[in-house]
Amino acid sequence: MDQRHLPEHPDFLWSNPEPKKSYDVIIIGGGGHGIATAYYLAKNHGITNVAVLEKGWLAGGNMARNTTIIRSNYLWDESAAIYEHSLKLWEGLEEELGYNMFFSQRGVMNLAHTLQDVRESVRRVEANRLNGIDAEWIDPKQVKELCPIININDDIRYPVMGGTYQPRAGIAKHDWVAWGYARRASELGVDLIQNCEVTGFVKDGNKITGVKTTRGTINAGKVALAAAGHTSVLADMAGFRVPIQSHPLQALVSELHEIIHPTVVMSNHVHVYVSQAHKGELVMGAGVDTFNGYGQRGSFHVIEHQMSAAVELFPAFARAHLLRTWGGIVDVTMDASPIMGKTPVDNMYINCGWGTGGFKGVPGAGWAYAHTIANDSAHETNSAFGLERFETGALIDEHGAAAVAH
Amino acid sequence: MLIIECPFCGPRNETEFHYGGQAHVAYPEDPYALSDKEWAEYLFYRENPKGEYAERWSHSAGCRKWFNAIRDTRTYEISATYKAGESRPTSTSAGA
Ligand SMILES: Cc1cc2nc3c(=O)[nH]c(=O)nc-3n(C[C@H](O)[C@H](O)[C@H](O)COP(=O)(O)OP(=O)(O)OC[C@H]3O[C@@H](n4cnc5c(N)ncnc54)[C@H](O)[C@@H]3O)c2cc1C
Ligand SMILES: [Zn+2]
Repeated sequence: MDQRHLPEHPDFLWSNPEPKKSYDVIIIGGGGHGIATAYYLAKNHGITNVAVLEKGWLAGGNMARNTTIIRSNYLWDESAAIYEHSLKLWEGLEEELGYNMFFSQRGVMNLAHTLQDVRESVRRVEANRLNGIDAEWIDPKQVKELCPIININDDIRYPVMGGTYQPRAGIAKHDWVAWGYARRASELGVDLIQNCEVTGFVKDGNKITGVKTTRGTINAGKVALAAAGHTSVLADMAGFRVPIQSHPLQALVSELHEIIHPTVVMSNHVHVYVSQAHKGELVMGAGVDTFNGYGQRGSFHVIEHQMSAAVELFPAFARAHLLRTWGGIVDVTMDASPIMGKTPVDNMYINCGWGTGGFKGVPGAGWAYAHTIANDSAHETNSAFGLERFETGALIDEHGAAAVAH
Repeated sequence: MLIIECPFCGPRNETEFHYGGQAHVAYPEDPYALSDKEWAEYLFYRENPKGEYAERWSHSAGCRKWFNAIRDTRTYEISATYKAGESRPTSTSAGA
């Protein structure tokens, strides 16, 4: 067990200022992406007259609801570049922020259960290696060596035929990641403003000049969206559309157990993913509800489906008690890749569409988005992720290739 | 679990249905006249309202027919279902 001490209580980690009349940059959404972007704006670009506006409490959206899996084994070059940049930042993040976040490189395994899975997985391992990403194809015996409680018998409906393994991948404690970034951003002069919902925009012609909020109108030189599930709602107010659908996604945890699950296991085909938190809970997730929703809750049949898959793969789970389930609202694009760049509105930027996988992207996205906002042009890692791709056809189709279904 | 009222079979569990996204998206009348931007909108852009949404469902484990529903994406409450080809009901209190 990890014996590092608990962090300070969040109230003392950042100040809670009143909103000023005006900021150079307003970031909408105080999730991991918004806070990290503010931090890198201040640290990498010296832009400190920045506010992050959050309608609820800091990092209480998807940032507090995800299953914390971090990996960079994506298929396409564009995805590999941004997720691997992110993973490299994760590797130095506790030191950089001077804050524990239980970043644990315990490896991530993506299981294959069909011949097609096997072919796709081997192809992805080769693509990962060409991009300098650690990846291996492992056979069922090696799967069992890495995670002894997995059932590799071939008398189940979808036997384990092997898997991909990324040793540098892992998990981190999501709240602490947000608090670590928030503390440093606040020290650098960023205003983190909670209970402040953006309800409209102020424009001068096609240029954004401010935001209307539940705490008054605030002027801004630049406005940057980082509102995950709510991007469509905000884009509507600003007068443009986004190719996004918002879906409920659930996660759940068991009661505490001895440490029995040493690595992260994901299966796209039977669709469940499992890791064990430092304290001992089994943390599990599955796919999104198919329908659009903003209700922050999901369907019970999704849980039933994921539990039956989990019990077949890990027979020992049959006796574990479920403690808690919850839902978040994820923003899924038509090509299952994020959108980051400029918008049709001048001085307004967009970061969204990370769907079910944006926690791992927090450092890399924050870095690239800050660059985009500061320079009014994309960073090398997000230049392929602009809104234009839906018009040019240069899609980055990670559906299926992303090693997780959406 | 939603209870969805198939206009042909009556109320059934959500697990009998398949979701089809936004309803009433018509194929372009003159595809050759579309610009890249218009093609992008037809292919990739769908409404994503926080509130009432007209959407398609197929009763895939029942009569296998497609139909439309008006559902609130905040509460997930379905206020009306109607056959494909019928126009969106103006008052969505029908069926409540
Ligand atoms: C159940 C679940 C499991 C997941 N598992 C993983 C995983 O294992 N690995 C992984 O990489 N990713 C995972 N994700 C995805 C990841 O959580 C998201 O992609 C990521 O958190 C999105 O970015 P964010 O942190 O900024 O979003 P959020 O934390 O959702 O931040 C957006 C913020 O914007 C605020 N907001 C919205 N509208 C307004 C407004 N009008 N005014 C002011 N504020 C507003 C919201 O309140 C919210 O706090 C998971 C998500 C869920 C729900
Ligand atoms: Zn029917």
